[in-house]
Amino acid sequence: MAVVSISPYKLPAKDALENFHGNQLVYLHWEDHLMFCAPVAFPLPSGMVFDDLVQNVLGPAYQQHPDFSNITWSDVKWTLDGKPFDPDPQASLADNGVGHKSLLSFVTPGLQGIGNKHF
Amino acid sequence: MNAETKIERKAKKLGLKERYGHLTRGLGWETSYQPMDKVFPFASYEGIKIHDWDAFEDPFRLTMDAYWKYQAEKERKLYAVIDSFAQNNGQMKITDARYVNALKIFLTGVSPLEYMAHRGYAHVGRHFVGAGPRVACQMQAIDELRHAQTQMHTISHYNKYFDGLHDPRHMFDRVWYLSVPKSFFEDAMTAGPFEFLTAISFSFEYVLTNLLFVPFMSGAAYNGDMATVTFGFSAQSDESRHMTLGLEIIKFMLEQDADNVPIVQRWIDKWFWRGYRLLSIVAMMMDYMLPKRVMSWAEAWGIYFEEAGGALFEDLSRYGITTPKYADVASKEKDRLTHEVWSTFYNYTRAAAFHTWIPNDDELAWLSEKYPETFDQLYRPRYEHWRSLQQKGERFYNNSLPQLCNVCQIPMVFTEPDDPTKLCLRSTEFEGEKYHFCSDGCKDIFEFEPQKYVQSWLPVHQIFQGNCGGATMPEVLDWYGIKNGSDNLDYEGSPDQTIWNDWTKSAQRAAG
Repeated sequence: MAVVSISPYKLPAKDALENFHGNQLVYLHWEDHLMFCAPVAFPLPSGMVFDDLVQNVLGPAYQQHPDFSNITWSDVKWTLDGKPFDPDPQASLADNGVGHKSLLSFVTPGLQGIGNKHF
Repeated sequence: MNAETKIERKAKKLGLKERYGHLTRGLGWETSYQPMDKVFPFASYEGIKIHDWDAFEDPFRLTMDAYWKYQAEKERKLYAVIDSFAQNNGQMKITDARYVNALKIFLTGVSPLEYMAHRGYAHVGRHFVGAGPRVACQMQAIDELRHAQTQMHTISHYNKYFDGLHDPRHMFDRVWYLSVPKSFFEDAMTAGPFEFLTAISFSFEYVLTNLLFVPFMSGAAYNGDMATVTFGFSAQSDESRHMTLGLEIIKFMLEQDADNVPIVQRWIDKWFWRGYRLLSIVAMMMDYMLPKRVMSWAEAWGIYFEEAGGALFEDLSRYGITTPKYADVASKEKDRLTHEVWSTFYNYTRAAAFHTWIPNDDELAWLSEKYPETFDQLYRPRYEHWRSLQQKGERFYNNSLPQLCNVCQIPMVFTEPDDPTKLCLRSTEFEGEKYHFCSDGCKDIFEFEPQKYVQSWLPVHQIFQGNCGGATMPEVLDWYGIKNGSDNLDYEGSPDQTIWNDWTKSAQRAAG
């Protein structure tokens, strides 16, 4: 029983992939940097190359944080939908397994926000 | 018929109890043209078993004539106060114009709920089989309509001078953070009549209402807003009737059949959590938006939920009801909730119909004192950093849209119950689609009825789907009805601040 109702009740998911005009949703989260209060959401083409995501989506979202310019990108640890993830920077989101409404988190070792306060 | 019997008849006026009996029990009957289950189609599908509708204890035994009389008296008093508030420029006697931002939240986020409550109670007031609960719900429906109306009338005075108050109904249906109260109430209204009463009459009105009304009404009194205090008083006697209905309906369900207990428990768990999440904006207001503070959120939670709620659930334990699931999580969050939420609105004030600001030094000291375990450690450094940016003319705004919880619709800003430095991020899959939640509480609610919440109108996703006026911030603000540059952004530099400073200066000049 997926809903308590007086009669059969079935409606399509409001956020199905086909409703985003050719894009998919991707959520990004920079751990230990709660100056950005929540993960951030973007509609992106699934053919977007991962490196393009980092340069042109993730960068503008987070670069106002003073830690951003100190990130050593080769040390960054990624998590995709809760599992450790080793992205291929030249492959697309789809080929990297980044699906619709996937959450992509990253940790930047040595950088824990302003005054190491996770902010 | 002789003269003697005439006199006797005249003297035999009905007592209050009898009149009430005729109004309720006397107006209910077993239908014969149509079967009862067709006349009352929502009465049984939720699984609640009722064997004797007459066992329902009526909260106040109020008859219509008494009802109109009481309400009319309250209206007269309220409108006299509103008139004198307007004539005496009451808006100039509040503690500080920042206070008005609390009213903006109230008018756009709470008053429309009163109207939704009116509709909800009118609906269930038709659909209960028993005449007792039907009449109680119908009266509450009228109360709620009155509350929506008096609140709008009271606060409309501020609309003459301050921004963000011009179109609460329009905003309520569109603005991202107002989808939190809107979806809360729509969830309740689309449930069956018993769940609706558990949600609104019991969990919200009975268990959590003090956490809504005490901050707003005491906050108004502390901050010189006598108009709002008066509508608070005017609503208060209704609220006590509503609370009693909440408790009576719970006891009624629990006493009617042992099979009802697990259903009611699940509703209590669900609506405690939904109500608690909804209150996070009120919590923030208590700690950050009242220039003169009443008490901290953590103190209020301790008094009104942990102590008062503890006694209530102890009382209900004889029916087999336990404290709501995740009440322990709410208590773990009490020292951080308001700081996380204020930081969120500070991030996203560009898209809000009220202002935010960095607390001043006195206010920071108050927060340190009230939150000795967490504030200096985790939150003061945030505000000091943001303040230094603001002083350089680089006020921080988050330029990306946040991920939202699929149930409460709040951005995913809450932290792990046992670690205030890590976001609490939960997810599940349903029919091949991913869904995200801010907490185990919201995730549980989804997992019990996923088909209901796959339809959530999540404001961020709606923007991306192209349903909110356009793809750019100015287009979305326009669609929201938020005037860029006056309704939104920091209090510092706002037209509200300018008009307030002008008044203060002229008052000082007048005083010599």
